[in-house]
Amino acid sequence: MFGYSLGELGSILVMQGFSGLILFSVYLLMALGLAIIFGQMGVINMAHGEFMILGAYMTYFCSHLFQSHLPTLYAGYFFVAMIVAFIVSGAAGLFVEWALIQRLYKRPLDTLLATWGLSLIMQQAFRSGFGAREVGVELPPWMMGSLQVTDTIEVQINGLFVMGLTLLITAGVALLLFKSRWGLQVRSVVANRTMAGAVGIDTRRIDRFTFGLGCGIAGIAGSAFTMIGSTGPTAGQLYIVDTFLVVVFGGAQSLLGTIASAFTISQSQSTLEFFLTGSMAKVLTLLIVIGILMLRPQGLFALKVRR
Amino acid sequence: MSSEKPTGNLLTPTRRGLLVGAATLSATAMLPQFARADVPPTSAVNTTGLAVTDTEVTVGILHSVTGTMAISETGSVEAEKLAIEQINAQGGVLGRKIKFIQEDGASDWPTFAEKAKKLLVQDKCAAVMGCWTSASRKAVLPVFEQYNGMLYYPTFYEGLEQSKNVIYTGQEATQQILAGLNWVEKEKGAKTFYLLGSDYIWPRTSNKIARKHIENVLKLKVVGEEYFPLGSTQFNSVINKMKLVKPDVIYAIIVGGSNVAFYKQLKAAGIDLNKQTLMTISVTEDEILGIGGENIVGAYACMKYFQSLDNPNNKAFVPAFKKMWGENTVIGDVTQAAYLGPWLWKLTAEKAGSFDIDKIAAASPGVEFKGAPEGYVRIHENHHLWSKTRVGRARDDGQYDVIYETAELMEPDPFPKGYQ
Repeated sequence: MFGYSLGELGSILVMQGFSGLILFSVYLLMALGLAIIFGQMGVINMAHGEFMILGAYMTYFCSHLFQSHLPTLYAGYFFVAMIVAFIVSGAAGLFVEWALIQRLYKRPLDTLLATWGLSLIMQQAFRSGFGAREVGVELPPWMMGSLQVTDTIEVQINGLFVMGLTLLITAGVALLLFKSRWGLQVRSVVANRTMAGAVGIDTRRIDRFTFGLGCGIAGIAGSAFTMIGSTGPTAGQLYIVDTFLVVVFGGAQSLLGTIASAFTISQSQSTLEFFLTGSMAKVLTLLIVIGILMLRPQGLFALKVRR
Repeated sequence: MSSEKPTGNLLTPTRRGLLVGAATLSATAMLPQFARADVPPTSAVNTTGLAVTDTEVTVGILHSVTGTMAISETGSVEAEKLAIEQINAQGGVLGRKIKFIQEDGASDWPTFAEKAKKLLVQDKCAAVMGCWTSASRKAVLPVFEQYNGMLYYPTFYEGLEQSKNVIYTGQEATQQILAGLNWVEKEKGAKTFYLLGSDYIWPRTSNKIARKHIENVLKLKVVGEEYFPLGSTQFNSVINKMKLVKPDVIYAIIVGGSNVAFYKQLKAAGIDLNKQTLMTISVTEDEILGIGGENIVGAYACMKYFQSLDNPNNKAFVPAFKKMWGENTVIGDVTQAAYLGPWLWKLTAEKAGSFDIDKIAAASPGVEFKGAPEGYVRIHENHHLWSKTRVGRARDDGQYDVIYETAELMEPDPFPKGYQ
């Protein structure tokens, strides 16, 4: 750490803080979809990563479509791609809920197995449909590179983009949950499913929309991650562990918990990574998480729920 | 590269291999009739009960076509099938057509072992082309040794292994690393190196060899060495660290999905590989498909084969591959090495005059394949290949410009002294 000028250290501090924030956004975006599904329905969607990759493939598909048919609008294709990703993943989610999940509500552990099976099926479907090799998603030039803030401080554009997107979607979800009629119904189902049903809330319908929305958000996340990660049949597996970590650590039923947990994990990961090495940082982060979960098994923030 | 074909020898059986690639099509028309004339009897070429008939010989193909590794192993399967088809078009091996049985290792190492046993015990395969990761090779090795089979293994790997029952058609670590480091020291005047890798045996062993070479032989400095869990997708912290340390060379052995994340983030962080020297031994043309050429342009890769290699063998090989598997396919280093497997086995069988495993193993050292797309290869006593090391520079279209190759073939040295 020594032998560098103060200025250099200052810039690194800024850039390092920024990469921590990017990591935070990435974790939050990954975990949101899973968190709302798990929070409301108690269903752990093991195929979450595959819904993300479905979104990533839609982005790949859109980039090709725009390149060959609408080259003039290419610079903006990414926005269209994210909407397409949301719709396709969301629709797939609705279908899966209808075909599979709704039959297993009384057997929550079996949903674990069923969605895991689903993830394998989806992986092989990607492999058969798009080929076993990874595909490269080309980005419009304006999304690559970095902004030169000062001589030594550079800020990645795609990082800013992910941060903005995460902010937007989190705000959207929060609005939906706390201001809309649907959100009110969701919260009442979370608080007490039987009672909510008794006062006339169609819990089945709420479940289906929640699952669809969760998968749709996963699709958007997958689409955004084509900027920073790979797109291949099994790439979803790369995200799933971190996603679970964030959701479980945050406390399953709380949006605030998910945010706080994503922040804690990303900051410790990125700081430790800077001072130690990548592998060691991961080990220590996991140890910290395990330690805290031993003290607080319900996660960082837990809603009071009547069971 | 001496790949000119001595045409006078074309029709002698042991020289048939010279035809490979370059002249395959033109010569096939006349060879089968010729081959029929002197087909040795099955009892003579097969004394150990392998799956050999008067007209056919069975080999196995054992790769993952499902699961995580399918991404990498697909190319190897394609290359092996192409080689088998070409060999059959020329009349086969010892007058017998090659029939292959393909099994799926499913990216799961115990499955590899189980399928290997099936191919050897039940199918009696005369040879098996297969495996990709070291883990899968380690899983099948005891099977091949116990049931006395012959494995042609295509991947460049960490070395530290040698078996009578395996021919390693890829490079072991020193063949891939040393010449590249020498080159970067000489051409780029590099003084400091930052070593990166995914956290498992191959990158760790390779970086260990690289570090010893940098510090003990070149007398230069390693300023950082770091590993990331397989599948890691966040590299911003280490990129910041490298910005601070400013190494002359980033030496990266990152694999799989992490690769894509690493190069995309490097580019996003404003590190221009045209100015910052980066050398990798883990990115072939196959990987660039996923990374995107525009994200890695300017990086140096150290391999023995690049698709853009300019020699007559390769000029025949690339179109033949694309004709069979599609215009958009690319051919990476391992794919080419996988293509060597069936050919080397054929040449060895013809040299030994037999399919018997023991005779194949004994006859292997010294077998040379002049039709190799990489130029010329020869099997060493230790069952690895003599081959050249080359340095390529990534273009934005996903191909490499070959900018350097060693003058001599590099000797394979799976147990390098002073590097362990």
